[in-house]
Amino acid sequence: MNFFQLSSPATFYPLAGRLAPLFAGAAALLCVAGLWIAFALAPTDFQQGEVYRIIFIHVPAAWMSMFIYLVMAFWSILALTFNTRLSAMMAQALVPTGAVMTFIALWTGALWGRPTWGTYWAWDARMTSELILLFLYFGVIALRNAIDDPRRADRACALLTIVGVVNIPIIYFSVIWWNTLHQGASVSLTSAPKMAAIMLTGMLVMALAAWFYTIAIALFRVQAIILERERGAAWIASLPGNGSRMVTA
Amino acid sequence: MLEVHDLTARRGHATLFSGVSFQLAAGQALALTGPNGSGKTTLLRILAGLTSPAAGTVRWRGKDVAPFAPCIRQDTLLSAHVPALKDELSAAENLSLQCALTGHRVADYDIRVALDAIGLGTAQRLPAAVLSQGQRRRIGLARLLLVRRPLWLLDEPTTALDVAGMAQLGRLLGDHLESGGVVVATTHQALDIPADRLKSLALA
Amino acid sequence: MSASGQARGENGNIKREGTPSATRAPAAPDAPVYGAWAAVRYATLRDLKLALRSRAELGVQLLFYVLVVSLFPLASSPDRVLLATMAPGILWVAALLAALLSLPRLFASDFNDGSLEQFAMSPYPLPALVSGKMLAHWLTTGLPMAVLAPLLALQYGLDSSLVIVLTLSLLIGTPILSLVGGIGAGLTLGARGGGSLLALLVLPLFVPVLIFGAGAADAVRAGLSASANFSLLGAGLLISLVGAPVAAAAAVRIALD
Repeated sequence: MNFFQLSSPATFYPLAGRLAPLFAGAAALLCVAGLWIAFALAPTDFQQGEVYRIIFIHVPAAWMSMFIYLVMAFWSILALTFNTRLSAMMAQALVPTGAVMTFIALWTGALWGRPTWGTYWAWDARMTSELILLFLYFGVIALRNAIDDPRRADRACALLTIVGVVNIPIIYFSVIWWNTLHQGASVSLTSAPKMAAIMLTGMLVMALAAWFYTIAIALFRVQAIILERERGAAWIASLPGNGSRMVTA
Repeated sequence: MLEVHDLTARRGHATLFSGVSFQLAAGQALALTGPNGSGKTTLLRILAGLTSPAAGTVRWRGKDVAPFAPCIRQDTLLSAHVPALKDELSAAENLSLQCALTGHRVADYDIRVALDAIGLGTAQRLPAAVLSQGQRRRIGLARLLLVRRPLWLLDEPTTALDVAGMAQLGRLLGDHLESGGVVVATTHQALDIPADRLKSLALA
Repeated sequence: MSASGQARGENGNIKREGTPSATRAPAAPDAPVYGAWAAVRYATLRDLKLALRSRAELGVQLLFYVLVVSLFPLASSPDRVLLATMAPGILWVAALLAALLSLPRLFASDFNDGSLEQFAMSPYPLPALVSGKMLAHWLTTGLPMAVLAPLLALQYGLDSSLVIVLTLSLLIGTPILSLVGGIGAGLTLGARGGGSLLALLVLPLFVPVLIFGAGAADAVRAGLSASANFSLLGAGLLISLVGAPVAAAAAVRIALD
């Protein structure tokens, strides 16, 4: 299939409808497998006891929070360069999930911090950076809601996303920079003793589950966005189950 | 010089106009008419390169006009609906800044002469905030007088002009067209342009 | 080239005469080069002139900064050591807030009266014009705040070496606020929510500047070198100088669409 043919919402809509359940199913399976590894297979940690198991949710969520933003930036660059509607819609579909992943990362991080560091929140590099990322997502959502014209909102949000991407390397490297600025930083994940292979596997499985979940939910969401923004187009009226019930422009 | 082919513009879900085509040679003017909301200003802004059409092409001097293309910015004077005047500055200062923005450094003497010519003699040094609508509009005429550009895009140039102002506008348009310039103007009223140079386009 | 035998100026303008209504030939297509530096100069001088005409506005912004900084010692305990520790952070946050207060005005007035549209129609490069506006913004907000910082730091009993570091960090950091804030100002043109939306969009980008800026003085107090902070601030400034005008110009074009 010609790649540029895919950039028409009308062509992409049925494709998304076919792919989304597949990814959702795969995500569910991977999630079950991952959680089983997390709670059944992985051994008790020597230092932290059982509470460390939150790592299997915390780390994949954190990875996804940054990865989703990079994917959003990718779609945004496409949207601004080629002025295509679908690229902007894909970026729009990813934002809420990105925010949710960031929130989960922050929340699980706090829950993990309490028993291990003695506090729910510490202003260390990683946590502060994740918080900034959450506000970046909120900013994109707020900007979209604040602009009435959908095409203008597309372009403005795309530009904002691209500008915000500058923050991702700052977030990523701030841990290193912070350690040189403030000696004696809090315990960071990378300095933990070599992780047992089973723990790493568990985290990777959960990360893959999160990734497939993101794809599935983004595809579902982009379908809804397509329906909302393309209402009035002829091909929507001819969809099964629609027609008389669809609101036309 | 100006060729427009099959232009279509949309706002949201509504199509403002479609299939608009016209050609203007040097010395010709186009009067855009139509009811409010028919897309006259949008068409003008597409010609200015400020916004891009949903479909169709615009060619100026043989080159495609992409949004914000340098070729259109160097050759065009856009007189928008809102006169771009800063209230804190005087008419003379405003005019000087506007001309400088187009790349023409105009001497203060010429500014004074131009403002006198359009009838703003004594009010030149007052802050633009105290000027009337008609006076503000006429500062735009002074800019047309001072800056040489081949393409004039005028949005409702006759607004708020009195009889003397209309006569001045007519003279300016005539001179510009005679020297080979092109004019596209949206208007509700008849423009004082000789019929052999004037084309008309009604956006339904 | 000249019609009617009348003298023409260098760029085809009217020569001194009576009624300027004679026939002229249109300008030749070999147009002059529209340089970026001329554009920056134009926009900066224009905005400075406008700012000086509304001196009251400028005064209010600086007064706000001074007030915020002076409120903290009143609100917290008068413990000298505590105040001295908090000083860099407080001055930096106050500078941030003052910048946020003034940023919506960067483009709004020009957008509303049609001047911004004329900027976009100008043959000068729009990023250059925009950077001139940002420079004028810094000269009227960031620079005065940095200059006032030593005076205000007196209230906090800050060590003189720390005052120097703090002022330097403000001098390097406040231009970044004007540059990056300008992007936010462009994005929120014509959007609902005004200043609060601008703050939300721009704060995530400001936070690293705040952390490294305020951290410079903290590092020196702890006996460490602030060179890392300053290198990062400097790098941020360079990146912003190159990227922010382009991004803000893109935002303005999106808003004018």
